[in-house]
Amino acid sequence: MRTIAVLIRKEFTQIRRNRIMIPAMIVAPLIQMIILVYAANMNMRDIDFAILDEDGSSSSVNLISKYSSSPFFSLAGSVNSLDDAEQLLRGDKADLVIHIPANFEKNILNQDRPAVQFLVNGINSAAAVLTASYAQNILLDYNKQLLAGFSKPSVSQGFGTIQIDYSHWYNPDLDFKIFMVPGILVILVTLVGWLLMSLNVVREKELGTIEQINVTPVKKYQFLLGKLIPFWILAIVELGIGLTLGRLLFHVPVLGSLGLLVGFTAVYLITVLGIGLFFAAISETQQQVMFVNFFFVMVFILMSGIFTPVESMPDWAHYVNIINPLSYFMRVIRMILLKGSGFADVWKDFLAMGIFGILMITLAVTSYRKRA
Amino acid sequence: MSRFTSLVKKEFNHIFRDRRTMLILFGIPIMQILIFGYVVNSDFKNIGIAVFDKSDDAHTRKILTKVFSSGYFGFAGNIHDQEGISAEFKTGKVKAVLVFEPGFGDRIDSGQQANLQIITDASDPNVANTAVGYLSGIIRNYQAEIAGPTVGQMIVDAQLRMVFNENLISAYMFVPGTMALILMLISALLTSISVTREKELGTLEVILVSPLKPSQIILGKVTPYVLLAFCNGLMILLLGHFVFGLPVSGSIVLLLAELLLYITLSLSVGILISTMAKSQQVAMFASLFILMLPTMLLSGFIFPIENMPMALQWLSACLPPRWFIIILKDIMLKGNGLAYVWDETLILLVMTAIFLFAAIRKFSIRLKV
Repeated sequence: MRTIAVLIRKEFTQIRRNRIMIPAMIVAPLIQMIILVYAANMNMRDIDFAILDEDGSSSSVNLISKYSSSPFFSLAGSVNSLDDAEQLLRGDKADLVIHIPANFEKNILNQDRPAVQFLVNGINSAAAVLTASYAQNILLDYNKQLLAGFSKPSVSQGFGTIQIDYSHWYNPDLDFKIFMVPGILVILVTLVGWLLMSLNVVREKELGTIEQINVTPVKKYQFLLGKLIPFWILAIVELGIGLTLGRLLFHVPVLGSLGLLVGFTAVYLITVLGIGLFFAAISETQQQVMFVNFFFVMVFILMSGIFTPVESMPDWAHYVNIINPLSYFMRVIRMILLKGSGFADVWKDFLAMGIFGILMITLAVTSYRKRA
Repeated sequence: MSRFTSLVKKEFNHIFRDRRTMLILFGIPIMQILIFGYVVNSDFKNIGIAVFDKSDDAHTRKILTKVFSSGYFGFAGNIHDQEGISAEFKTGKVKAVLVFEPGFGDRIDSGQQANLQIITDASDPNVANTAVGYLSGIIRNYQAEIAGPTVGQMIVDAQLRMVFNENLISAYMFVPGTMALILMLISALLTSISVTREKELGTLEVILVSPLKPSQIILGKVTPYVLLAFCNGLMILLLGHFVFGLPVSGSIVLLLAELLLYITLSLSVGILISTMAKSQQVAMFASLFILMLPTMLLSGFIFPIENMPMALQWLSACLPPRWFIIILKDIMLKGNGLAYVWDETLILLVMTAIFLFAAIRKFSIRLKV
């Protein structure tokens, strides 16, 4: 026990002495968190649009004013031909061109169903879909307004109407930041636990200091615990700082039990540290371990459901996610923080993480040899 | 010159000897493109819906059949009381609950207004929003169906055209983004690590005392990575073209020239980092936190730049990948020529000049010490 304590102290001394490590571990990730949460915004606002009005009637002007007064759109100019419209899209001056055909007003009055054409820059498909749906919703409103103006006697169908009403729980304003903060926290905790620890071990290998420890009577498990525990503590501290920041800056709710969250993080970190240790055991240089880790961290982050729902992924992705520790943590942290889920809701994830953790640590310990 | 070629040869040996890194270098873009293409796309399906049906009649059953046969939603159980809703949300399997009021069907049949409530788990705001949209659409369709053809409902029609990407293929976004990211990774991260490793192990001193000029040392270090990055860039282009049907509408020569410019720029960033970093760890963290994450999140690769706060938009303007992605999209997808991308190209050129100047200056200063 004393041996382990000495090793842990050595590790902390090294971390403290290295003037780059503290900022790299604590400050940089937190700055990242602040920036990334603001950057990761999927709400569209102020979409630049241009007008190609071939009618020039009061109806077309009325329609245009509906768009320019909407918070989602901002008028970037008007053009006189389809060619000019395409030039604007080409030069990224506008993402949407609204083309109102000639005789628009006349056709409305004759009830000939004129069509307004929307030219959307489709390169960013996700944004294009949103742009198109905002544009169509405004046209829908315009239609309603026209219908009311015509005051046609409504056709009696003998059937009642269905009134749809919706409410958004846990995040009524659909604030994307609240969704992103837990996701970024997962990444930060993972980077500190997994990446830093495994780099640290390989660094000792590369510099040869691991040999010096190998020739001492320190036992294998003592050495490994001496490596794991400091980073395990650091990662949990990182979670605490990140959570405080998220609470203060972004008002992320903490509905569930913090103890439960820390407990899960502790178990999760065992798995992640185990993976990092395993890769460190089979790598010779920092460059190697860096790239191997980077590869897996990247794949795991993208598949964890940080941006898009896991349910919508193809079947093979579900199988990959069974061995993806980040997908468990991503789900659990959001459930506990945002929805107040309790132990009864997450015990399966706890169990899975626990088994996974034991497996990974065993793998890491057996693949690490005291002889270089 | 033979001194120089042997330096290049030495560098190649270093690279090829480390098979694992090579494998990963070509594995990352392939995995990333496949994941973005097949996993992280804007598909919306299998979203769990629970039903709280207080009426359970012919109409509600027909609506539910429509909802669950749409492909967007999966049935996630029945709920029988109000408390059940939050319990279901907390297990995380249910993203939305459909609540039918008692006597729902009777009200429709007797011409009254029937109420239906959609309750979403908005802890994932995008899923909640999309679910409401799709569910309302399905229900409105049902209503139109029972009410018979509703002629003349729309006075003005909408006609939609997606320019440059008619089928809304998401690869149009992520292939250029992946390219910018990977080239930055190889060029900046790999060079900075390889130089700092030589520093750490002391072998750089050996090269510095040789009769090679500083510019030759830098060039010798950089040449193999230019080739490596270029091959990788070509591989990503081919993958995007043959797997996801990404067009190359513009000039290939211009595209390759821009590719080379961007690689040079990234390499000069890498050299600059390595002249300032004392250890591999520092170089890695500088590359990772200053380059990789911002490239992924601020360059317009995943999230649209226009939505970001002003300060972040300025920050994004300082990032080379942002301009490179615009150039790639312009040339490949819009088929634009130099007339459209000259300003972005100029920005990249100026950035290259600044970084290269700083790197060479820093490097020669080190020699005198």
